[in-house]
Amino acid sequence: MKKNKWYNNQLFPWLLPIVIVILWQVLGQLNLIKSTMLPTPIEVVEAGIRLFQTGELQEHVYISTERAVIGFAIGGAVGFLLGLFNGTVLFFEKLTDTSIQMIRTIPHLALIPLVILWFGIGESAKIFLVAVGVMFPIYINTFSGIKNVDRKLIEMGKVYGMSKWQLFTNIILPGAMPNILVGIRYALGVTWISLIVAETIGADAGIGYMATTAREFMQMDIVVLTIVLYAILGKLSDFIAKVCERRFLKWNPAYRKH
Amino acid sequence: MFGIELKKVGKSFGDNEVLRDINVSIPKGSFTAIVGKSGCGKSTLLRVIAGLEDVTSGSLAYTDGEAKKSNIRIMFQDDRLIPWKSILKNVAIGGVDKKEAEEALEKVGLNGKKDAWPDELSGGQKQRVALARALASKPDVLLFDEPLGALDALTRMEMQHLIEELWQEQNFTSILVTHDVSEAVHLADRVIVLDEGGIQLDQEIDLQRPRERDERFTSYEKKILDKIVGG
Repeated sequence: MKKNKWYNNQLFPWLLPIVIVILWQVLGQLNLIKSTMLPTPIEVVEAGIRLFQTGELQEHVYISTERAVIGFAIGGAVGFLLGLFNGTVLFFEKLTDTSIQMIRTIPHLALIPLVILWFGIGESAKIFLVAVGVMFPIYINTFSGIKNVDRKLIEMGKVYGMSKWQLFTNIILPGAMPNILVGIRYALGVTWISLIVAETIGADAGIGYMATTAREFMQMDIVVLTIVLYAILGKLSDFIAKVCERRFLKWNPAYRKH
Repeated sequence: MFGIELKKVGKSFGDNEVLRDINVSIPKGSFTAIVGKSGCGKSTLLRVIAGLEDVTSGSLAYTDGEAKKSNIRIMFQDDRLIPWKSILKNVAIGGVDKKEAEEALEKVGLNGKKDAWPDELSGGQKQRVALARALASKPDVLLFDEPLGALDALTRMEMQHLIEELWQEQNFTSILVTHDVSEAVHLADRVIVLDEGGIQLDQEIDLQRPRERDERFTSYEKKILDKIVGG
């Protein structure tokens, strides 16, 4: 059975990152990689501890996370509602889908100059960029998820006396859920990318701001630390998305236990 | 319970005439089978009776009692169980409560599986759940759209037996669409042969239940089969 294979051990996926970190440390200590080019993991951790003690680390991480959550919530809600209406009501689809598809092809980070002119470099600029980036993947996946719900199940629901609302909550929404979750997972990635760029260009706080200031003072350890922070936050949000998948798709054998 | 009356029913999809001049009166509580080659219009006829398709010409009426479209249920070719609902919740849909659902599952012998997911069941078990779901709302009319076509021979015989038993017990009006003539003769009071959208034969089956494959059984079978093959 699949379950008993040795590589199904929970720790196994962490083997590769651990080996890479150890290798990195060893190469740094042997001076094969100069610490002005790339500080060793221990130096990065030390920088982290230093900033944690002054309280800077928590502050910047908190601000970035707040932006990510607010931007994701706004963009996600707009994308989800648009996908919902366009997937269920043909009138809305005809009215808005073409326009949305057109706007979607613009890389949302190309809006940065415009956004800075509109909102300055305040909070709303970053939240706006995240929201725009998040909106489209959620919209597209919600829309196609609803469009691809098994018509036969909907017909069955009608024959078996389900009301429109019951059809929606019992068949259409759960049927679209796998796609919606793919959208959420993808959108979480977009969230952090948008935030990194937005915070590097104009900000007075946040992880991106930390990176830019550290660059100006040539603090390599902090620059690398910020990259690691983004990686951790990204992995954390992906983990949350995975938990959602397990929760909502537990009926699907592919998500049942590995 | 109620019956069904079709008068000069025609159905076309664009230029494609699928049903023409169908006159049938189906009394309440009877068991009728509709057989024919694939593409003869038998599934469309069933969908018309269920109200899933409108007639192009003629009329469809529900007779012999208080007729409500909501009391018609269909058992489809595929089980159409909702994959994200447990077996019990699959049966308890459209106004059926848990207790009624459990009773229906009990009747098809699957109450032990009520907490399982549909994909954990075999094909035959899934169709039994679909039958339970159809019965749970105590329908007046139950339409079978080749529900046993995908099952193996043994499971199929078991299901035929179960359907006959439940029909005798609850007395709903049944219409079975099938391409299996022996299944039709086994279950129905009356077999209608459909070809190119029209009725070719309307045959009473006057056999004692439970039915054995005796000489009279096979002679009915042969007569119907000849009609289908000969057109």
